[in-house]
Amino acid sequence: MDQHSAPDIALDGITKRFGDTVAVDDVSLEIPKSSFFAMLGPSGCGKTTTLRMIGGFEDPTEGRIELAGQDVTRVPPYRRDVNTVFQSYALFPHLTIERNVAFGLQQKKVPKAEARKRVAEALELVHLEGMAHRKPNQLSGGQQQRVALARAIVNRPRALLLDEPLGALDLKLRRQLQLELTRIQRDVGITFVHVTHDQEEAMSMADTIAVMNKGRIEQLGSPTELYERPRTAFVANFLGVCNLMEATVVARHSDVVELDTADGARLHVAADRVNGSAEGGRLRVGVRPEKLRLAPVGQASGTNVLRGHVTDASFLGVMTHYVVQTAAGASLTIVAQNDGGEGLELIGPGREVDVTFSPKHCFVVEEEHDDA
Amino acid sequence: MGGLERRRRLVGYALVLPGIAYLTIFFALPLLNQLWVSLMTGNDVDGFEPAWHFSIYPDAISAYHEQMLRSVAYAAIATVLCFVIAFPLAYFMAFKAGRWKNLMLLLVILPFFTSYLVRTVAWQTILADDGWVVDIANSLGLTGSSNRLLATQTAVIAGITYNFLPFMVLPLYVSLERMDRRLIEAATDLYANRLTAFRRVTLPLAMPGVFAGTLLTFIPALGDFINAELLGSPSQYMIGNVIQSQFLIVRNYPMAAALSFILMGAILVAITLYARALGTRQLREAVA
Repeated sequence: MDQHSAPDIALDGITKRFGDTVAVDDVSLEIPKSSFFAMLGPSGCGKTTTLRMIGGFEDPTEGRIELAGQDVTRVPPYRRDVNTVFQSYALFPHLTIERNVAFGLQQKKVPKAEARKRVAEALELVHLEGMAHRKPNQLSGGQQQRVALARAIVNRPRALLLDEPLGALDLKLRRQLQLELTRIQRDVGITFVHVTHDQEEAMSMADTIAVMNKGRIEQLGSPTELYERPRTAFVANFLGVCNLMEATVVARHSDVVELDTADGARLHVAADRVNGSAEGGRLRVGVRPEKLRLAPVGQASGTNVLRGHVTDASFLGVMTHYVVQTAAGASLTIVAQNDGGEGLELIGPGREVDVTFSPKHCFVVEEEHDDA
Repeated sequence: MGGLERRRRLVGYALVLPGIAYLTIFFALPLLNQLWVSLMTGNDVDGFEPAWHFSIYPDAISAYHEQMLRSVAYAAIATVLCFVIAFPLAYFMAFKAGRWKNLMLLLVILPFFTSYLVRTVAWQTILADDGWVVDIANSLGLTGSSNRLLATQTAVIAGITYNFLPFMVLPLYVSLERMDRRLIEAATDLYANRLTAFRRVTLPLAMPGVFAGTLLTFIPALGDFINAELLGSPSQYMIGNVIQSQFLIVRNYPMAAALSFILMGAILVAITLYARALGTRQLREAVA
């Protein structure tokens, strides 16, 4: 994204306190032009407050907000070139769909003929052409959501702020609207800032995700980066299931680092994953469940082999979920694709097994973040 | 299935039956009776006779149109004053009062804990010619040539405004309170400044409350006689004073009844026009 000059949105040391509570704690980030940016985190992590500060509905206690290089920290919402899709949609109940969508254009004194054309286009974009003369309460939740989107997008803002826009919808509709949102974002090319607590939603839609926790950004990166190389246990756990093992560095080579687990197994981790830890340093090594392979005892080969016994196995058709207890007492979750067609005979519950994984599938998380 | 449905329908009727019976006995029948009385002729001593005396209506209007117009003027001014005072108050209670909300609501309805009459008598004492309020008003030059507050139209209108203020505050409060505040945020997000957001979102959504509040204030104010009686003089008398004296002092029952019907008819016409002007949707929502 280096080819873009000033980022659409830049936060510099943003802090928001409500009384004694710190909702957002020294957040700095840059959102490049035309990107689909997601802020992901559990409720109370500060993501909505951050979004509301970008929209102008909350004043930051400290820090600076810039839109396209211009300081807007103290600029009221009606003079900011961003529009919000509210979680509750906040459609004006006394106005028709058409007049809801036209509201912003009318305030901006866009000539009537042009406004009418743009409203029609926006409604077409969200597939609600026939609904122009209805009132919001005559529409379903999903339709109302689209009106809220059209009402924001019709203004062609610099950025669109979406506050859990799909939170109130059922799963099927949510998936459908996720696809539609990504399509619309591509079509109009406006920067989207999307707040959600649903990791799948964030991963499937966004090109950059900021994972937030306790008012801070835990990690910022592409979905793949966050999933494959999380830097904290919180991120590792929030973006899917993960296996974390305590280990101590015993040797550093140019390409791999050797570590010992508590039960004496020797692990090899790609060297670029282990920053700075000297010999004797304690780390937590993580591996995603689908990266682990199971084999009957003695039949495994590879650099990283852990011995354990299967405590649980659930066959789900496409895949099988295993839980393996290692000799050190760690519990590993393993997802095995059902590509061989064999059942649970060889590696069913109670069996001794070897768990193997590749050094390049490992990641290392910071030791101090074990609160997740 | 059909039996069940019929039973359900019967239950519905059964539920409205007490109300209908009550209204028939205590409202519809007396109303018809008074309509009948208004067309009688006679006097208090010799008694009244049914006479289909329709000219009582034009007679009543030509005799008392002054009090009628004065009633409309006083009630309208008081309603506007109530609205001007009540809207900011209701807005504050609904959006800004926080934990003081319930206390403020209590204070608004607190006057109802004493009788309307007693409160107006209290105002008579407060505004009395030898009271300190008049002294202050005099020294500020607010009383004009009469040096009085009592027996002025200011006192009567102020009394009506005071007495009916809660009827304006409460419906406005209810309509503002149930409004989703995100709508105001949405309006400001869509480039409306605070004033425009108020004009285009808050006020239209408060219209059911405005409608209910103005009706609840204007209608009883129009027929009021206590304020003019206690805070005014005969030159401030309203149509309510005339009806009251025709019924209880002059005992010209046909005239009193005719005036009541004229007042009722005028109110019905006024409400209809008002509802038309505000839009029927507001009326429906106000009633619902």
